Amino acid sequence: MILDGDEVPGAPAPGQCLRTWIRACGGTAVKKGCDSGDCGACTVLLDGVPVHSCITPAARAAGRAVTTAAGLGTPEELSPVQRRFVEAGAFQCGFCTPGWVVTATALADADGTVRVADPERVFKGNLCRCTGYRSIRDALAGTVNVTAGGGVGCSVAAPAGPRVVTGREAFTLDLPDTGVLHVALVRSPHAHARVVAVDRGAAEEVPGVVLVLTPADSPDVLYSTARHENRLDDPDDTRLLDEVVRFRGQRVVAVVAESAAAAQRAAALVDVRYEVLPAVFDPEASRAPGAPLLHGEKDAAASRIADPARNVVAATHGEVGDVATGLRTAAHTVRGTWTSGRVAHAALETHGARAWVDDDGTLVVRTSTQVPFLVRDELARVLGRAPDRVRVVAARVGGGFGGKQELLVEDVVALAALRLAERGDRRPVQLEMTREEQFTAIPLRHPMRVTVELGADAEGRLTAMRVEVLSDTGAYGNHGPGVMFHGVHESVAVYRCPAKRVDAEAVYTNNPPSGAFRGYGLGQVVFAIESALDELAREVGITPFDLRRRNVVVPGDPLVVNGPPTTDLEFGSYGLDQCLDLAEAALAGTRPAVPPAEGWAIGEGMALAMIATIPPRGHHSHARIALSPDGTATVAVGTAEFGNGTATVHTQLVAQALGLDPDRVRLIASDTATSGYDSGAFGSTGSVVAGLAVQRAAAEVRRRLDALGGLPALRRTEGPVVGTGTCDGGRRSVAFNVHAVRVAVHPASGEVRVLDSVQAVDAGVVLNPEQLRGQVEGGVAQAVGSALQEEVVVVDGQVRTRGFRTYRTPQLGDVPTTRVLVADTVDALGPHGAKSMSEAPYNPVAPAIANAVRDAVGVRPHDLPMSRDRIWRLTRGGTP
Amino acid sequence: MDLTHVETYRGAHDREGLRLRPGERLLAGGTWLFSEPQPQVTGLVDLTAMHWEPWEPLPGGGLRLAATCTVQQARAAPWPSPTLAERCADALLMSFKVQSAATVGGNLCLGLPAGAMIALTAALDGEVVVWTPDGAERRAPVADFVLDAGVVDLRPGEVLRSVELPGPALRQASALRRAALTTHGRSAALVIGRRSADAVVLTVTASVPRPVVLALPPTETAAAVRDAVAAACGATGWFADPHGAADWRAAQTVGLAAEVHAELVEGAA
Repeated sequence: MILDGDEVPGAPAPGQCLRTWIRACGGTAVKKGCDSGDCGACTVLLDGVPVHSCITPAARAAGRAVTTAAGLGTPEELSPVQRRFVEAGAFQCGFCTPGWVVTATALADADGTVRVADPERVFKGNLCRCTGYRSIRDALAGTVNVTAGGGVGCSVAAPAGPRVVTGREAFTLDLPDTGVLHVALVRSPHAHARVVAVDRGAAEEVPGVVLVLTPADSPDVLYSTARHENRLDDPDDTRLLDEVVRFRGQRVVAVVAESAAAAQRAAALVDVRYEVLPAVFDPEASRAPGAPLLHGEKDAAASRIADPARNVVAATHGEVGDVATGLRTAAHTVRGTWTSGRVAHAALETHGARAWVDDDGTLVVRTSTQVPFLVRDELARVLGRAPDRVRVVAARVGGGFGGKQELLVEDVVALAALRLAERGDRRPVQLEMTREEQFTAIPLRHPMRVTVELGADAEGRLTAMRVEVLSDTGAYGNHGPGVMFHGVHESVAVYRCPAKRVDAEAVYTNNPPSGAFRGYGLGQVVFAIESALDELAREVGITPFDLRRRNVVVPGDPLVVNGPPTTDLEFGSYGLDQCLDLAEAALAGTRPAVPPAEGWAIGEGMALAMIATIPPRGHHSHARIALSPDGTATVAVGTAEFGNGTATVHTQLVAQALGLDPDRVRLIASDTATSGYDSGAFGSTGSVVAGLAVQRAAAEVRRRLDALGGLPALRRTEGPVVGTGTCDGGRRSVAFNVHAVRVAVHPASGEVRVLDSVQAVDAGVVLNPEQLRGQVEGGVAQAVGSALQEEVVVVDGQVRTRGFRTYRTPQLGDVPTTRVLVADTVDALGPHGAKSMSEAPYNPVAPAIANAVRDAVGVRPHDLPMSRDRIWRLTRGGTP
Repeated sequence: MDLTHVETYRGAHDREGLRLRPGERLLAGGTWLFSEPQPQVTGLVDLTAMHWEPWEPLPGGGLRLAATCTVQQARAAPWPSPTLAERCADALLMSFKVQSAATVGGNLCLGLPAGAMIALTAALDGEVVVWTPDGAERRAPVADFVLDAGVVDLRPGEVLRSVELPGPALRQASALRRAALTTHGRSAALVIGRRSADAVVLTVTASVPRPVVLALPPTETAAAVRDAVAAACGATGWFADPHGAADWRAAQTVGLAAEVHAELVEGAA
């Protein structure tokens, strides 16, 4: 094969695909998104013809020219298409980008412009989970969205751009493969069973196998895969390899071998004998008396499980005011029950990690994580090591959406590396999840059933709110408590109402575990509450915008759920009123709308969401900036870049404070060995916590520099001018999003077509307009997916949608254009007056669409996703 | 993905080379085989090494598509009107990149309900040519070749050589309607109609586990078309998978069939 112009020696294995052959030859520009020909991340040109290298037999490439994104251009000399992608800012995490670049190159004119009549059809084989595709459309068309220079408030290009588009940015596993050991996991075929015996004899005899870990080898430590600043937030109910399996797909045995193929072959030979136990899949049945108990043997206090004897991992029951009276005296009441299905994060990069023991005995784990410091601390605890004997490094993360706020692969590779090092074998151990494992063994979004009852007076002022939530956390608790508490928090607190009652429980079942997902529970609960409010507006006879205006909190109001007001949250700024006005006017501006054809009905809908800008109970970051005499600033900060754009924002903050061009700022991030502690990239904190630490460090450097006489004096200094900054996230503000849509519904087919989509956001001062727009568009796209088409189908604990071929991740043609409008506010707490805006845009979209469908067809959807079959049934009066 | 149990890879260059050893599987162009783990497969035999002509004209204006003809080559074959072939190719879930490698024969042999090359060739009255292990060949209508979802009428040692499309069917007016849960997603119901001399021939795929073909009089009312399609497909059984529930697929199919019938009748009027 001639790879990117160079003849590479050797021949592939008989069953090898081209993707892994290229990577074995050092070509890491080809990424594994699906390994089944569905996502396009591994696209290469084979003698000039674009192919998915994961389904192309490697043997077919022998003697032929293979071109990856790395062969099309270099960061210094970008190809025309690569330049288009940089100039449009057409990536966020960038993991899918090399595949897009290669595919576009096959279709582009000499100037890099792709002129195809129907990009929706042409690019259906390229998935992007982050952007929502608008910026990619811009790249294809040649639209320029970013600038090289500029400070805060400018659309500065992401520093990694030229490396990302040329396939040179090293993601977690983009390291040389020589001498690396690979892990394959044996997984449970049973939803609930006790492991009676493990026979690893046949597996150990497979050539190349070096280690087989069974439950007997597991540290006897309970922990949670969920990671938070305070580890006591999450229940300790998980063992590294457990003797009881609680869902189909749970790992039982880990096989380590000199090749991935040998590990997989050996894993198939491990003989595990099980004693099958009764299982429960319905969360309501699970909390009923007599249900099989998943963690009944655990100590409630020690493991922090609310009621192991009822399968309840977390619960909140409380009331403020008098709800019964509020409902009884109401002029209008509405009531309904809404459900939301399981959703997969579908980050294009699967979970993966590589671990080894360094020369000085430090355990090093390179992993695709949003939370390197939290992973380090828990690994140290589980493996019985001091935290300073563990180093966790994250490269650029290929998409997270909450899914990488968990400890899911690091523990296995770390244990294996330590066991091997004890025997003097210090080879790195790697575990890379398959896409099927991402759907069957990695936590998904919590399915919830939410009942809402509202009462209002004749003018539409709320007199009572009652919310009841049942959340299916699956076999393990991990993020279950946090998601449940957060889900009912801002969704309820955003409304002023004298009487509120919330009863919520998160329940174990023998389904695959649920976990952290963008919005962290708000999406599911907001769907129900905002749908109920829409119905209430109809009852009262006022617009849904006016109903919100009469009931939302304003600065000065207490933020109340079902107990004493939240005290650690403040109105650092307030733009909800503006957001309501902006969205309402924008939607009105595109009237009158005409149906696409006969047989279509049109409707409009809106919904809002509030979100705290920082998670509760502390979120810490430390930044250190060294300004060298040569005028370059090196920033060390612990948070991770996973497509959220914080690397750009941090660069801008430093460039602005020190008066440098952004290209003079170098960022060293997400490495526990090179920066101070950081709680990590979750809860939308990359800009408002880590950014504030960076801003403070930059301010200190600035003060010292000014004391020396400013930038010109820098050349005369001996060493770098250093400044540090910290942020503890103790003061938290609130941000708002209002989404409004016009849809056309075709009852005969059930199709819902979004004709107009507007989101007004209250993000404070916008640090980078193009990135903000991208975060909003990406959040809306993910939400359109969960609203209309995505669902992980699980039947009796068995996942039926096991890949991108059956799970409908939105393609380019599935995502409508969304107009992003920005409220004019300045936050008192965030850096330069900014607020976080990465999870939040997701939350109000599904109810806005549902409310528009209700407006169009006269029947209210209660279940997500509102797939075509469900809407068809709904409009015929059937059950979903 | 890597097929970790595969130990041999060879090209088939002649009929003798097509004789499979235990554990061997024929490999076409696409390749679906590499998209899922294949723990039973220990050897691959590359059919594309046969270098068959992608398509050849047949006497009487017909067309023979080799099993190894790619979807892209099939799009570009000399159709009297290329529209139906193009629309069927577009109905496939696979991108244009896969279409340049995936083959007509591979699509037929997978036997998936949503296999749009099955739909195309069944709707055009196609006949498969199967090489039998004794060196002879046998023929069968495409609609009979697919037995069930993922099950085709290929006995051990048999190889699909080609599919032959008769001239008259290629020249008849056709219409196509499709339903799916997403606009460019996998077909949940696909109805193709062809206007023969005395009938409208409807071919239903995707919503049924195997193609259902029925010839209806042009004079049939919409209601009668719906009833006939519902009865014929109901007898075969409606197909359900994550790409659509059976009740919705049934409703879509009968509705689309009525539209196709109407289009072909009105178009001729």
